[in-house]
Amino acid sequence: MSDVALTVRQVRYTNRAFWRNPQAAFFTFAFPLMFLVIFASLLGSGTVPINGVLVDQSTYYVAGMSAFAIITACYTNLAISVTFQRDAGILKRTRGTPLPGYDYITARVLHAMLIAVLLVVICSAFGAVFYSASIPTGVDLFRTIVVVLVGAASFAALGLALTAAIPNADAAPPIVNATILPLLFISGVFIPIGDNVPQWVNVVGKIFPVRHLVEAYLGAYYGAPFVFAWKDVAVIAAWGLAGLMIAARRFSWEPRR
Amino acid sequence: MAERVIEVSDLRKTYGDVEAVRGISFHVERGEVFAMLGPNGAGKTTTTEILEGYRDPSAGSATVLGHDPAKRERSLKERMGIVLQSTGIDPFLTVSESIEMYAGYYPSRRPTNEVIDVVGLSEKRDTRVNKLSGGQQRRLDVAIALAGDPELLFLDEPTTGFDPSARRNAWEVVKNLIAMGKTVFLTTHFMDEAQYLADRVIVISNGLIVAEGPPASLAGRDQMRTRIRFRLPDTGPHPDGPMQRLADGSLEIDVDAADTAKAVHDLTGWALERGVALESLEVTQPSLEDVYLQLTGSEVGT
Repeated sequence: MSDVALTVRQVRYTNRAFWRNPQAAFFTFAFPLMFLVIFASLLGSGTVPINGVLVDQSTYYVAGMSAFAIITACYTNLAISVTFQRDAGILKRTRGTPLPGYDYITARVLHAMLIAVLLVVICSAFGAVFYSASIPTGVDLFRTIVVVLVGAASFAALGLALTAAIPNADAAPPIVNATILPLLFISGVFIPIGDNVPQWVNVVGKIFPVRHLVEAYLGAYYGAPFVFAWKDVAVIAAWGLAGLMIAARRFSWEPRR
Repeated sequence: MAERVIEVSDLRKTYGDVEAVRGISFHVERGEVFAMLGPNGAGKTTTTEILEGYRDPSAGSATVLGHDPAKRERSLKERMGIVLQSTGIDPFLTVSESIEMYAGYYPSRRPTNEVIDVVGLSEKRDTRVNKLSGGQQRRLDVAIALAGDPELLFLDEPTTGFDPSARRNAWEVVKNLIAMGKTVFLTTHFMDEAQYLADRVIVISNGLIVAEGPPASLAGRDQMRTRIRFRLPDTGPHPDGPMQRLADGSLEIDVDAADTAKAVHDLTGWALERGVALESLEVTQPSLEDVYLQLTGSEVGT
């Protein structure tokens, strides 16, 4: 079998196993939608000033939760699940077969990206129906798709890189959350970043990829008053490449002792 | 001469200051079951994982099916099956799905149903892995290793943690592999397992080979001495010849194994003539267990 056929086949097995773990599948899908409903209910009647224009917070959250969905599926879930498989010896067994390691890893990443795309579609449909966040068309739609794919691939690479720093499966959830939760708060995922946030939030947030993902998504999805900049996409991709290089060098197929 | 499937020469592996494998050499021929026997920490798994391509040796050489396993070539992995000492399978796939998934990585494969039958999991075909018992998961490990129809199988402590009947079942599985013409490289710390399954055994202790040969004659076991033990009343007659009195008051005669029949004949003839009862008469030849304890025990602390 060719590498492509092997990878596609592996995505199918990964997908089958994913849906048979109902708790994991449920929370992956429930979290973004749950947060969307909670934030929109609590804060959705308010507005936030963006480049001098007042934007409905509920509209804003539709984009924020799509970004959150990408991060959950590709960074959080992938890092925790791969660490679990490493600790359980599944990766080591795979390493002893003729399946090339990159086929296996590519399959895991592609599957995470598929879940991310599915989640974004659901968030968008939900937003269109309940929060009058209309789905973009034309060049905006194209930009949105690019942001989703580049974001998903980059956060998946970062998730794989992070596994190198996780000693065991028990430590995976706290370590993954510790690296991502603060960024989610200061990057406009849970709390909209308006014109009047403290300066340090802008400075720190712009170093990491989460803020760039949120801004690129908002810009692509809604257009003005948000600003779409390819520079944001480039920063996300640069983080993704850095993650890929770390993962290529440091990824472990065997449980850590 | 039979084809050498595995060839190991002066193999060494050091972890930091610890020398886990300290220069061992052996070979495995096509179609044989070769067992590496030794206590925990003797270097069995390190040696096996070098042959499987998981670790690089610190010195010396290893050749598996004509390849250097440290290069981790796909063409080598396609010809061998590995049952690791501890390993996992995706818990949410079924038995047959797991086997099919792994079989798909290999150019030649055996039919899934046949492999399931060989390991005796026919009833569990459509059961998910997380619903299998430990012993059943171990048999699935073997089934997965067989799925790609390998020439060479590595079984690293395949029955550790099994109850006695599960071990018997596992042995039958290995006997089935032998019938299929596979070369099997087995590690175990169970004597009886090596005795029952292996054509040839090496005993390894503290990273060194301390004995090598077929189980029946390992470490000169066939030439070791037979012990004849019995009890006699203190006051009655005693047979002639050298014997020693043991702490519990019984007598012991040691003879060459080859002379066992004559010695027993002489002793019982003597007793019949005089009408003496030989209480608690026992004739023991050294078991593989004795040999093993002697070999590995003497190494401890040296």
